[in-house]
Amino acid sequence: MSRRSRPLIHGSAALLVAVALLDTLRHGLAERPVALAFGALIALGEFTRWTGAPAREAAPLGAAGALAYALLGTHAGQPSHHGALQVVAVVFAAALLGGARHATRARDHLARRVLTVGFAACCFQPLYSRGVFDDFGGAAYALLIVALLTLTSLCDAVLSAALAHSRTGWPFAPLLRDELRGLLGIGSAVCATGAVMALAVAVVGLWALPVFCLPLLLTQLSFRRYAAVRATYRQTIASLARATEVAGYTPAGHARRVAALSVAVGRDLGLSGDELTVLEYAALMHDIGQLSLLDPVPAGATAGLPAAEQRRIALLGGAVVRQTGVDGSVAVIVERQADPCPEQPPAARIVRAVNAYEEKARGAGPGGSLKALEELRLGTADEYAPEVVEALARVLLNDRGGAQRLGQGAVKGLSDLGSGGVTHG
Amino acid sequence: MEGIPVRARVYVACAALGALLCLLPLPAVRTPWWALALLAALYAGCEQIARRRFAGTFYPVLLAGAFLLPPPAAALVAVPGALLSQGAGVRRLWRAAQLALAVWAAARVHWALGGRDAVVAPDFPYALLPAGAAVLAFCLVLTVLDGSILVVAERVPARRAWRGLFLRSLAPIAVHGLAGLMMAVLWRSPYGPVAALLVLLPMGVSWWVFAQVHRERAAHQATIRALVQAVDIKDGYTRGHSERVGQASMMIARELGMDAERVEVLRFAGILHDVGKLGVPTRLLRKDGPLTPEERRIIELHPEYGHEMVRGISFLGEARGAVLHHHERLDGSGYPYGLVGAQIPESARVVAVADAFDAMTSNRSYSRARPVPVALAELERCAGTHFDPRMVQALVRSVARNGWHPAVTAEAPRPPRPRSTVVQR
Repeated sequence: MSRRSRPLIHGSAALLVAVALLDTLRHGLAERPVALAFGALIALGEFTRWTGAPAREAAPLGAAGALAYALLGTHAGQPSHHGALQVVAVVFAAALLGGARHATRARDHLARRVLTVGFAACCFQPLYSRGVFDDFGGAAYALLIVALLTLTSLCDAVLSAALAHSRTGWPFAPLLRDELRGLLGIGSAVCATGAVMALAVAVVGLWALPVFCLPLLLTQLSFRRYAAVRATYRQTIASLARATEVAGYTPAGHARRVAALSVAVGRDLGLSGDELTVLEYAALMHDIGQLSLLDPVPAGATAGLPAAEQRRIALLGGAVVRQTGVDGSVAVIVERQADPCPEQPPAARIVRAVNAYEEKARGAGPGGSLKALEELRLGTADEYAPEVVEALARVLLNDRGGAQRLGQGAVKGLSDLGSGGVTHG
Repeated sequence: MEGIPVRARVYVACAALGALLCLLPLPAVRTPWWALALLAALYAGCEQIARRRFAGTFYPVLLAGAFLLPPPAAALVAVPGALLSQGAGVRRLWRAAQLALAVWAAARVHWALGGRDAVVAPDFPYALLPAGAAVLAFCLVLTVLDGSILVVAERVPARRAWRGLFLRSLAPIAVHGLAGLMMAVLWRSPYGPVAALLVLLPMGVSWWVFAQVHRERAAHQATIRALVQAVDIKDGYTRGHSERVGQASMMIARELGMDAERVEVLRFAGILHDVGKLGVPTRLLRKDGPLTPEERRIIELHPEYGHEMVRGISFLGEARGAVLHHHERLDGSGYPYGLVGAQIPESARVVAVADAFDAMTSNRSYSRARPVPVALAELERCAGTHFDPRMVQALVRSVARNGWHPAVTAEAPRPPRPRSTVVQR
């Protein structure tokens, strides 16, 4: 997948919209009430879209409404006559009216919406108007709609992974895996709602829209609450991580820097969204075991301690993390961060190597970063996993102006990385 | 099961008898048995999934049954699922009887208002009227039975058992009712049960998200507690104190008529007010005997340390100000900033009173616990100079009405120390 796919996607979306708008202007709107009702629904969906938290589908109601309009063949028992191009035109106009241009990454959002809806409509409307589906029984027709929607959402997943890949440069495969996993959650709800709306409007007419958009609106609200709770949770974890800094056990910002760099390394190694979250939490809390020590380790540098002592602190940390009610896998990573690396889970290897790098590079002055990397490379036998150290080197180099900044000490470069990769409270 | 009193068993038996009476005309009415079996299996399946994944009951299937089937048949839909669910035999019997009665009532109302014809030949918006009435009946029967079993089995006062119960459950049940209506309409449409099943998917997703929100919130609370525990690792005395100050702050906030959200924030303010002690050397916190002025100055830094830790947690809102300013005094003789009167945030004035109250009524290394009335008199003496008289009065009133029962609800990680021994500070 090329990193230049983004202009290509934007360009084809713009072309499709231009053709659709011209065609609709020339022929006029067919079945105005239906078009207006769906347009209003889509605009409402965009209007109530959540902002802030990066969500896979920010406006599920808008997406479901658009898909339902694309797959609408009958309206209250009467066949409908809107073509695929009218669908694209109505969806685009409604999304703009609903304020989609204020969405985060508005152009990506609009391009995705237009292209997926265009795909669904082009698959369905021409065949439908030619009467291909006339012989289908009721249940078979319903299944056909579901199959089409599944296909459409697979396309959407590929599209959105390609956009994200081209925007951020992160590896394509884990992004696509995350997108596909997202289909099981809100994605399936959007698909099912789109299908139900299309079928229900076919049976009872436009009354089906308000009746059924209410449950989905509820889904949307609870997703928003979920995102909010997750965000505050992340802030609390970050604060808990700062406890060691306030208590004077570790230098200021250490936990945050290790977390940001660990996530970047994890992404380079192809970890997926959930694994990255676990890794981030574990990296934030990797030093929490030091709170149990009566006397602080000098400068909080655990990497220089004897292995047995490192392991003891790691176990104490795991015990604290277990009490926090965070996912159990976070505690496992924290308590195994000091084990010999062949026995460690991948995330614990990352935390160990990145922590050691951060401690060695910090305050080492110009060239400290390169020297620290060299030390990690020499120590790989049992301590630091070679593939993690290599990924770390790649991440440090790929950072904007990385080569130059490596010489200036890693701290500055990493704070940039943090703002780009992970969001902290 | 020994815990269930005889009168409750008799009551459950009466309800079961009533449910049987509802089912009795079953052989006489024309029942589409395959639809009944499908719906009953569906409901039982949903209950099984619900038991494993989330809490709560999945009503759309039951309500769809009420809209599709004659009353006795609709009542039967709920029975297998409820009988196969979790819990003691009596509980399952009660659940089955309660749901059968509620569904029967809903179906009866729907039938009487001609809802069946409105569903078969979809007649919108009229179909919404019988459906709405049926939902009201369903909700009413459920809440009446829910409240009455509380009254009978646990001797909860009737007014408390029913207060707000109906209104609280009406909104979710109404949304489930809309989904049930859509299910029923699609079931009778040419698209058949396949299309009807699609309705369940978005409802299920919404429900799953709801459960996630609860889970995440619980984890979040545990993390806050861990923040307090981090203090406990350093200073054994602080723990119970934090929880008790949280409780006293909550009592004051309630007495002042603050809304529930603010009361909760003030509880957090009380729990977290001493979190900055993490930054104070352990040696000082545990020192037995008088502190030198230098040591006292270091300990007095803890509000600023605490604020530094929690300022990133946005949901704490004004609790952050309370952490920073809980040692300010009304006459300006407090620390860290020496604020005067209304300059001190309201939340900090609440926590200051709660903190002083608990300090006086619990054991300290330098003083034994004083009785509650003595402590309150002392607070009143200092009102106006140290403390805000409004907060002191609120605490006095609240203690007079509710008493002071410092229950540390959070599970203590180690056995509580006997109160008579002087706790090392």
